Amino acid sequence: MKIAVCMKRVPDTATRLTFAADGKSVDTSEVQWVISPYDEYAIEEGLRIRERAGEGTVTAITVGPEGASKELRQALGMGVDDGILAVCDEPLDPIQTARSLVAILADRADDIVLFGKQAVDSQGAQVGALVARLLGRPFVNDIAAIEVSEQQVRIERDIEGGRETIEGPLPIIVGAEKSLNEPRYPKLKDIMQAKKKPIEKVTPQTGEPSFETVAVTTPAPRPEGRIVGEGPEAVDELIRLLREEAKVI
Amino acid sequence: MDNFEGSDFYILDDLLTEEQRLIRDTVRDFVDDQIMPVIEDSFMNDRFPDQVVPTLGELGLLGANLEGYDCAGLDSTAYGLIMQELERGDSGLRSFVSVQGGLVMYPIHRYGSEEQKKKYLPELAAGRSIGCFGLTEPDHGSNPEGMITSAVDDGDSYILNGNKMWITNGCVADVALVWAKLDGRIRGFLVDKGTSGYSTTKQGKKFSLRASTTSELHFQDCRIPKDNILSGADGLGGPLSCLTQARFGIAWGAIGSAMACFETARKYATSRIQFDKPIGSFQLVQKKLADMLTEITKGQLLNLRLSQLKDSGKMSAQHVSLAKRNNVYWALEIARSARDLLGANGITHEYPVGRHMLNLESVITYEGTHDIHTLILGHEITGIPAYK
Ligand SMILES: Cc1cc2nc3c(=O)[nH]c(=O)nc-3n(C[C@H](O)[C@H](O)[C@H](O)COP(=O)(O)OP(=O)(O)OC[C@H]3O[C@@H](n4cnc5c(N)ncnc54)[C@H](O)[C@@H]3O)c2cc1C
Repeated sequence: MKIAVCMKRVPDTATRLTFAADGKSVDTSEVQWVISPYDEYAIEEGLRIRERAGEGTVTAITVGPEGASKELRQALGMGVDDGILAVCDEPLDPIQTARSLVAILADRADDIVLFGKQAVDSQGAQVGALVARLLGRPFVNDIAAIEVSEQQVRIERDIEGGRETIEGPLPIIVGAEKSLNEPRYPKLKDIMQAKKKPIEKVTPQTGEPSFETVAVTTPAPRPEGRIVGEGPEAVDELIRLLREEAKVI
Repeated sequence: MDNFEGSDFYILDDLLTEEQRLIRDTVRDFVDDQIMPVIEDSFMNDRFPDQVVPTLGELGLLGANLEGYDCAGLDSTAYGLIMQELERGDSGLRSFVSVQGGLVMYPIHRYGSEEQKKKYLPELAAGRSIGCFGLTEPDHGSNPEGMITSAVDDGDSYILNGNKMWITNGCVADVALVWAKLDGRIRGFLVDKGTSGYSTTKQGKKFSLRASTTSELHFQDCRIPKDNILSGADGLGGPLSCLTQARFGIAWGAIGSAMACFETARKYATSRIQFDKPIGSFQLVQKKLADMLTEITKGQLLNLRLSQLKDSGKMSAQHVSLAKRNNVYWALEIARSARDLLGANGITHEYPVGRHMLNLESVITYEGTHDIHTLILGHEITGIPAYK
């Protein structure tokens, strides 16, 4: 079983972000980076598929700056076998990231490529689908369970009001939803041993961007709240305001 | 509950290796996920959260700086960062890990026989077995040399008599490392739970370190096999060398507590409105916050350098005394100041500050009181001992 997991480093959700002076990007000088949470589910599932199969390899792949090797090491510490870092300091648009990944994935002949369903910074949910399109392989996003047997996969997805089960052949590309699993902590010893696992560095083949970010702005400040009153006596007035002023009920 | 970000004003992250940062972040996540949701109840209910022990073992947090015997073999900075993150959660949690690693596993690793190491260390590292360290007695705290617990040679066994007090993990421990006098010399003995003549009593009515078990140990004609002596330790230097290990972890841990208090106070100061302004806009409040951050940053620098000294073999017990004394003192001051800054909210368990403040009253007392470390430094500086 040959498995690849594509992962992205994103600012820790606890970090307070500020915009850079150019008005087009986020100031990353004091950002703490983490693996995008959906990608952690993808890594965990890759490891579980390998463990259930009793054989195989899991490779973690990322496109990002040199510093992203820390997040690759974390994946290696969780149990991934090796890493590939397409070194790129520039921010990329989704098609460029997809092209860079395709250049790496095209010749690998993975049975399964896992992504997170979307990155939690850009929230684009594009890269998995773009990679699948460029490679001409089937893509299933938001997967909640996956079972691999021989050359078949059985996938469950949470859909509105129920669960969908689908089956199909390998190879396949999937995007992980958070109901998929509970990612393990890397063991400290494995973090130390991850030093000895290989990270291959490659030059990404990004091609030209399709879009350019021209501005990022903060949302308009929310209007100040108002306290209508206290306790049950305030309910009538609150309902009146919600009806007449806010017009939400 | 927000995830913890840490305080790193001097960008010390740049001085850490990738592995050290990953280890720190892993423990930080573990504390956010598994400790923060339960710690307040643990503290209120006077109960150690023993359900996390298997995870502590699985992650490799127990005896993490020791080599071999299923230990993680980490460098001192990584080990220190673990202590910092654990104590950011609760001093009781860090105490558990300090005792297990620094006071039980370390002496077995350093002074024990190969059989003892093989028997105890992998079990302790995995968290399948819990250890405690019995040095202090009801009448001998700062002066352990005066201890009265005794061991008598009796053919193929030793017979222990005496009482130990204030022993962390005592009641829950599977093995006690007990220090007792054999022919007038302080020696270490491993006493397994269930040995006839060995019993424990839980100490209650604590307002500090409530999420940690504190116990008395009683030995009444307790007979243990001769093999259970730590043959490599002879004299007070044995237990003191263990304390040096644990105090090193405390110096790091205390800064974790201080960071938790400071970050809570910082957030509170910018959101709490009085006189139509955030209280953080008043100069007196700003001074408190400025002092906190200054002392945390200084403590972090001490810890980093102390770790370098430890890894290069240059660290002395006196170096550790300076850091333990300074960092715990300031952590307690910061906790008190943060408590004050939170007003009435500061006395509730809605915020972690009061718990840290109460915990630190133990931390400033155990492993050598603040003043005993003052005397150790005084001795170092002048060459004149002033203990008695
Ligand atoms: C929660 C908790 C957990 C603990 N866990 C353990 C454990 O696991 N194992 C263990 O062995 N012990 C443990 N201890 C015991 C701890 O190490 C002792 O409490 C500590 O060494 C102080 O001893 P004491 O309480 O007897 O105080 P004392 O020694 O009686 O000191 C009382 C006061 O007198 C001062 N004093 C004493 N001598 C001098 C002097 N020469 N000059 C100036 N001032 C002096 C002290 O600084 C202090 O202010 C624990 C204690 C606590 C509170």
